[in-house]
Amino acid sequence: MSPNVTNLNKDQKINMSGTTLLKESGPREVFCGLTSIVWLHRRMPDAFFLVVGSRTCAHLIQSAAGVMIFAEPRFGTAILEEKDLAGLADAHEELNRVVKDLLNRRPEIRTLFLVGSCPSEVIKLDLSRVAQQLTHAYKGRVQVLNYSGSGIETTFTQGEDGALSALVPLMPEENSNNQEQLLIVGTLANAVEDRLKTLFQRLGISNVASLPPRKSSELPSIGPKTKVLLAQPYLSNTARLLKDKGAEIVEAPFPLGVEGSELWMRAAGKAFNINESLLNKVLDPLIARGVKALEPYKEKLSGKKVFLLPESQLEIPLARFLHRECGMQLIEVGTPYLNREMMECELKLLPENTRVVEGQHVEKQLDRVKEENPDLVVCGMGLANPLEAENISTKWSIELVFSPIHGIDQASDLAELFARPLQRNELLDNKISSIN
Amino acid sequence: MELTLWTYEGPPHVGAMRIAASMEGIHYLLHAPQGDTYADLLFTMIERRGQRPPVTYTTFQARDLGGDTAELVKGHISEAVERFNPDALLVGESCTAELIQDQPGSLASGMGLNVPVISLELPAYSKKENWGAAETFYQLIRGLLQEKANDHSGHNPTAWKEQGRKPTVNLLGPSLLGFRCRDDILEIRKLLNENGIDVNVVAPLGATIADLKRIPKSDLNICLYPEVAESVCSWLERNFGMPFSKTVPIGVGATEDFIKEVRELLEMPQQKNESTDKSKLTWYSQSVDSNYLTGKRVFIFGDGTHAIAAARIAQKELGFEVVGLGTYSREMARPTRAAAEKLGLKALISNDYLEVESAIAEAAPELVLGTQMERHIAKRLGIPCAVISTPMHVQDVPARYSPQMGWEGANVIFDTWVHPLMMGLEEHLIGMFRHDFEFTDGHQSHLGHLGGQAHQEVVQPEKQSQDIDDLHDAEQSLPIWTSEGKEALAKIPFFVRGKVRRNTEKYARQAGCRNIDSETLYDAKAHFKA
Repeated sequence: MSPNVTNLNKDQKINMSGTTLLKESGPREVFCGLTSIVWLHRRMPDAFFLVVGSRTCAHLIQSAAGVMIFAEPRFGTAILEEKDLAGLADAHEELNRVVKDLLNRRPEIRTLFLVGSCPSEVIKLDLSRVAQQLTHAYKGRVQVLNYSGSGIETTFTQGEDGALSALVPLMPEENSNNQEQLLIVGTLANAVEDRLKTLFQRLGISNVASLPPRKSSELPSIGPKTKVLLAQPYLSNTARLLKDKGAEIVEAPFPLGVEGSELWMRAAGKAFNINESLLNKVLDPLIARGVKALEPYKEKLSGKKVFLLPESQLEIPLARFLHRECGMQLIEVGTPYLNREMMECELKLLPENTRVVEGQHVEKQLDRVKEENPDLVVCGMGLANPLEAENISTKWSIELVFSPIHGIDQASDLAELFARPLQRNELLDNKISSIN
Repeated sequence: MELTLWTYEGPPHVGAMRIAASMEGIHYLLHAPQGDTYADLLFTMIERRGQRPPVTYTTFQARDLGGDTAELVKGHISEAVERFNPDALLVGESCTAELIQDQPGSLASGMGLNVPVISLELPAYSKKENWGAAETFYQLIRGLLQEKANDHSGHNPTAWKEQGRKPTVNLLGPSLLGFRCRDDILEIRKLLNENGIDVNVVAPLGATIADLKRIPKSDLNICLYPEVAESVCSWLERNFGMPFSKTVPIGVGATEDFIKEVRELLEMPQQKNESTDKSKLTWYSQSVDSNYLTGKRVFIFGDGTHAIAAARIAQKELGFEVVGLGTYSREMARPTRAAAEKLGLKALISNDYLEVESAIAEAAPELVLGTQMERHIAKRLGIPCAVISTPMHVQDVPARYSPQMGWEGANVIFDTWVHPLMMGLEEHLIGMFRHDFEFTDGHQSHLGHLGGQAHQEVVQPEKQSQDIDDLHDAEQSLPIWTSEGKEALAKIPFFVRGKVRRNTEKYARQAGCRNIDSETLYDAKAHFKA
């Protein structure tokens, strides 16, 4: 362990399942929960995400999206102005006016999410009340919901947890006509979702639904006949609410890599009492093919040192994949937030003494990066080029929430994402010595 | 409350970051929640900087709000000063911290730090990025130079004569995330050197605190980017008696005026006017090839400085007709309105890109000069476009030298504006020859296969004629095009087809024609020429 790690808070150092869990606090460099709107609005084209916040919020989302808007987007910001801060009653009225304008302009919208931000939380704007009133006013036409994506409460992917949590109360309760269903929770690329559904059908699980659905107004039912399989590791609140509704949460690692995806599908199979031989029959050829497809990347990645900075909460499952399936050496696995219960299966699969750090002191963490000189750093967009400028290869963590990486068939694509920077490094003859 | 789907400018603290990141030896302590750190990527990704901006964010969380956030701020300040050891510390807050009123500037001033502290108050709920940049630059200069103000009140811009040296000037305003600032500085430095003038300080881009302190030693200030530097230049004029030049040297005419103004302020003899030849724009525009540029309808939108400069070039140097002029920058509304009035137009002052889009659609220009957002708008409308202004996009930081200012800047502008139109012309020729037997079906010019903006900005010749039918479905009141009329319209070059269609329909409605055939088309043509 590098000397710098002794700066980490020892009191909170816990050994669990062989990993070393540490906590760090200080200045952070992570996106806030608003950022998840960037993929959520694409998943549900009949929904609109209206951030109630400041110009910073608007600027953040358009900057994080990294693209200019090609048409009228399905997200926007109701920017608070001085006069809105003066009186809350007026602010509520103003928000009603903005929503009315918006819905008149966009009659195709079925679900409107009012998304709380840092400033709206600090001035205690009651978005849930506004949402209720608006739902009543637009009865039958638009459902208005609210959640917080504020940076004082959420990081990055936690925004999706908030949005899905807001949908749970609207999910219809199961009735006697409902059959047992498998509910996949967490946004997946549409193509990946279709593929996974096909595979579950081969296993004999035909009743498969997704949250979020492709249409915000077509929510799956929920109740004791539902078994929930989490596709993303950052949905702890949503999982809790679904459990409260009577659903069973299937415990499994997350479907990243061949191994993770296999264990994930087997856990579902077990929950549905699918017999072992059918599971093997369906999965074994996929696994053999998946492992074979991984080989060229494994060759590139094996023995290389990787350092994961905290951002998406995908870090722990990714670290497990990079170590166990690609042979990478884990220097440090950062995560903005660690839910031990949700991560139990994953933590067990990490090698002894893996340094898992929850929270961040970005300066000290970057000191450790420089000390350890890893071959690859997984980090946020703001940090990547400064590391590249020191000839340290990087991978943007935001790419991992946009790319179709889940499932056995996608494992080699996932590995390729990490192998590409290293391969590029080998391809280029010249390296910079100093810039700026 | 303002509904915003996309914004031309960021919040004012991003403007402050632009000043801090432009300079050397400065650190900015920003009291802000996590998430606000996104702003780093503006510098490291869009501008491809290899260094993080020198900013420490306090990244406070909800649980901190119950406790002592002031102590948290002080902790971050001590740590940042110890770690980065800056020559000056800027202290400010983002929108959320403004609400909790910790007053980090006062906290820092009370800590007895061994470093100059400049406290920034940037009202996040009423101001925007460029204002924040200007205010930060102003507070920084004022904070560092205020004490010396009285010593220099007898500033003499002609002191260089008595001292037997070359005159010296400061270039004020260039910053990171500004449009082509890096190259403009090189170009203006060269231009001034040719005129026997030395550049003393360039700020904020690349300047140190020591450089800022040297500003009053120069004979004259050059206000290159009024959005960022005008308040500083005025303050230096009021307090140090330093005059400043107001002409922004974008375009041939403006560059000439700039040289004249600078020489006049320094009381240097005026040169014989031979400078028009120094840019190829003058000759290229005069050459016979450019005849087709005559009267091209152009719509201009951007920051105030670049939009106003573009209007002058378009009208006076390229022979275009300016059919729209506007800016997103409220601080520049007055000069933009004045410039528009001279052109017989009403300026569009708006931060709403949908409003800009409908103004462009209404004006039906043949070329759009705008920001990256207008590039997308133009693409949707099938109109050629060139980018002239921020907000910054990674494409606006080209690897090659491509200034906007000075003689070379005018060359760059000629190429950048005229090429999209030439591409349009080329597509027209393809349209003309498409029935020749040599022309295999599906063939496109090389432009058609480009992935970049060239491809996207070329109008699809077939598209607009098809639109006629769609249009009629939507608006029953419009006159109906006969098939013969449609055929005649299809023979008109696509780049004027939209305008002809619009004019003909307008004429038909006025004249009470229900059906439009080729005769109506010619009637309309004669009507509008008359």
